[in-house]
Amino acid sequence: MRNSLKRVLLLIKIIISLLLLSGTFFVLSGSLGILRFPDIYTRLHAATKAATLGVAGVLLGAFLFLYVENGIISGKLILGIIFILITAPVSGHMISRAAHSKGVELWEHSIRDDLKRDQKQKDGS
Amino acid sequence: MTLQIILNILIAMLWMFLSESYDFLTFFTGYLIGMALLFFLRRFVPDAYYLLRVWKVISLILLFIKELILSTWNIVKLAYVPKLKVQPGIFALPTDLKSNWEITLLANLISLTPGTLSVSVSDDYTTIYIHAMDMPDVEEEINDIKNTFEKAIMEVTR
Repeated sequence: MRNSLKRVLLLIKIIISLLLLSGTFFVLSGSLGILRFPDIYTRLHAATKAATLGVAGVLLGAFLFLYVENGIISGKLILGIIFILITAPVSGHMISRAAHSKGVELWEHSIRDDLKRDQKQKDGS
Repeated sequence: MTLQIILNILIAMLWMFLSESYDFLTFFTGYLIGMALLFFLRRFVPDAYYLLRVWKVISLILLFIKELILSTWNIVKLAYVPKLKVQPGIFALPTDLKSNWEITLLANLISLTPGTLSVSVSDDYTTIYIHAMDMPDVEEEINDIKNTFEKAIMEVTR
């Protein structure tokens, strides 16, 4: 009985470590992507997606740890995950919209820009 | 839908009084019983059974999480490739969704799915402009978004 409980605890600890490690890995890759990608739009891809999942993973790991180790159910961490999920795409949308309306150029290898075409049409008519 | 939720809570309260214990667990049991009762009496209550809608919301959230993980994986792969060989661009997605709420949800979902980021919404709410990381085939991308997300959102809101 005691032995199986220990095993479950070990399993949960492994899950927590995996969550924390993969979370930090995603955040690291996201930051690397922000540094390496060529223009603001592709950089936003890295900033909105990888960082969101990374932070969510770390927070989830912390939540599990607090629950198993101290028996605390921390609502703040869950709220944090929800708010990250809501705010990250919104900020990505706002930044890219602002950049595009300010006239920031796309990367030279980009193949089309429908927004610019439509805006030109609107200005012309 | 509101009526059904109120009925369900009333049944749960009734259950609490019947079993004379006033804690959360009893309330929860009562709520489950209420769900079952409403399910069996759904012919006599107006509107469709409300848990169907709840189920659709849950499946939308699950879809969202799945796409988020996939998209992160794609970006992480791209971040470590020595030389970037993608063709980014902005394409227009015509949408059938009408209200502010639906369009916000769709734009957010698009931002967190593989290779796409919403850039702008046209003034008349008919088109969403999307920046794609790699777009060899625009038609396929548009169909993909229309078939998965738009359909899922419509099922929840209508």
